[in-house]
Amino acid sequence: MRYIWSNIKLITKLFFRELKSQKLRMSLTMAAIIWGTLSITMLLAFGEGLKNQLAINQKGLGDGIILVWGGQTEKTYKGLPRGRPIRFREDVIPYIQKHIPELEAVSGEFITWGREITYGSNSVNNKINGVSPEYEFMRSLYAEKGGRFFNKLDMEEKRRVVFLGNELRDDLFGKPGTPGYVDPIGEVIEISDIQFTVIGIMQEKMQMGMYSGPDWNTAFIPRTTFGTIFTRRTLSNLVVKPWDIGQSEYIKDRLYDILSSKYQFDPEDSRALSIWDVIENAEVMNKVMIGMQIFFGVIGGLTLLVAGVGVANIMYVAVRERTAEIGVKMAMGAKRGQVMVQFMLEALLIAGIGGAIGLFLSFSIAGILGSIPMESDAIKWLGKPTISVPIALITISVLAMIGLVSGFFPARRAASVNPVESLRYE
Amino acid sequence: MMIEMETIRKHYNTGKIKVEALKGVDLEIDAGEFVSIVGPSGSGKSTLMNIAGCLDTPSDGKYRLDGESVEKLSMSRLAEIRNRKIGFVFQAFNLLPYASAFENVELPMIFGNVHAKERKKRATELLERVGLGDRLDHKPKELSGGEMQRVAIARALANKPKLILADEPTGNLDSKSGRAIIDLFEELWKSGSTILMITHDSTVATRTNRVVYLKDGLIHSKPREMAADMKALRDRKRLDAMR
Repeated sequence: MRYIWSNIKLITKLFFRELKSQKLRMSLTMAAIIWGTLSITMLLAFGEGLKNQLAINQKGLGDGIILVWGGQTEKTYKGLPRGRPIRFREDVIPYIQKHIPELEAVSGEFITWGREITYGSNSVNNKINGVSPEYEFMRSLYAEKGGRFFNKLDMEEKRRVVFLGNELRDDLFGKPGTPGYVDPIGEVIEISDIQFTVIGIMQEKMQMGMYSGPDWNTAFIPRTTFGTIFTRRTLSNLVVKPWDIGQSEYIKDRLYDILSSKYQFDPEDSRALSIWDVIENAEVMNKVMIGMQIFFGVIGGLTLLVAGVGVANIMYVAVRERTAEIGVKMAMGAKRGQVMVQFMLEALLIAGIGGAIGLFLSFSIAGILGSIPMESDAIKWLGKPTISVPIALITISVLAMIGLVSGFFPARRAASVNPVESLRYE
Repeated sequence: MMIEMETIRKHYNTGKIKVEALKGVDLEIDAGEFVSIVGPSGSGKSTLMNIAGCLDTPSDGKYRLDGESVEKLSMSRLAEIRNRKIGFVFQAFNLLPYASAFENVELPMIFGNVHAKERKKRATELLERVGLGDRLDHKPKELSGGEMQRVAIARALANKPKLILADEPTGNLDSKSGRAIIDLFEELWKSGSTILMITHDSTVATRTNRVVYLKDGLIHSKPREMAADMKALRDRKRLDAMR
């Protein structure tokens, strides 16, 4: 170790001499290493950004939830025919809560389409959802500043309050900041000629997964209120959220168990219920993204490998040119290891300098791309390239490995120089 | 006894032909001797030097350096011995061209893991001793041939070696700086160093306190024959001077 330290000065000197004497080869190799580093980090960074963005977009539908629809039986069961529709009523909610304590929240919703929603002279036809307060955190329905989602009291008193999707707000009240815009909070709108007070506007969100339409175009009202106005008794679907997202498989099994006994269908009848496990989706997506990152990483790594061949080439030339010098060093008592270390460190230095420039460029590019505002559609879906700590570490270790490997073989040749013959070289 | 060689043989296999460079050399050199090896080219001088310097191992025979048998040691052990016990001076100086005089002298101490502080002190002292105290930061190309060889001698002395091996140390120098280098060797010898030097220059050889004559891989110590050869060498030298 002391040998390496006291030799650093000499090695840097040798590096600069090599830089001068092999200008073209050195600059091409440097360029290759910079390019390789840049491509490996940028590919990984784009993958990371895409992954993060997907996670955000997925949360738009809901954070760790499972959606359940009633289906149609396909098997006869206890004398009941097949083709029987399974429909949930509101009483299923306390029933599930009672039987599956592993759930943080259980809810269900009513949906009606094509209802006329009017404010002043603005009128649109849209979807109305009757939901419960838990939807706020289950389905990421967070209010913009100044407003709120409905609460237990709204539910219990069947209040005529409405929470609007942000685009629905734009249609009725105008976009915030544009002329003629009215602050919707506290305003009264009409839904199917019945008056509702606006209590909140949904924060803009990315929603990738959706069923029955995007949330930004929906008017949400308390489920109890919905029941008094629209004659609807069956829930469109259920939404459950386990405490522990790792339990989603178990929760699905339990849902089949208890719902099959309540609605009298064969627990093996896969068509009786239709379940969308957002958690599982997210996990699959995550795996796909990791696979993609590995693929990107391998491509970047191959680019670096090519650069490594260039480094090895430079080092081979250096060994040949310095044969006499190696002989002198050996005469002075340099051991093979000490001769090798010199060349290995030189190769590492080349890889290190190229890599540092490449990493610097990558961080700059990521920084520039990151400062582009989210407005642009491409970034909404692609995400911002993000150089995380693991990415930097991966890049650095790949660089170190390339440096070591491309230095090792020339160094081994240097160490095998016969001092007697190399001294005759002169 | 610094060097004890017993029937040292060395042969090389160059393809089909077996070349025997040393055919059974017996050589003993005491500590504190200043010995020159003379002989025509191809006589095996360099081979003997390489074996004496532990750069090469004999094909056959026994070699004890400073009381230690070295003919069967591993490469890394030999490297250690070279580092601690031997200082080399070459005809072509063989300094690292990109390193300063100071750094060149430091080098053997770096290989020997000498502490930085001690290293710097010793390198400065040695360069002062060879008269280059004002040239520490000069690169080899900024030095004259004689000065380069002084740096090389300082480098050879770096690890306080028991034995200094010099291979034609004046071969690349004009006669004046050559003489100065031999003066320096003589000074080192007077202060206790053991020196073994290859030379083909009789005036150089006559300044050592023993001359070993090597021919066809064997030591010819017959005084008469040697004297004749020495005379021939001197004559040639004289002719050269007259020319």
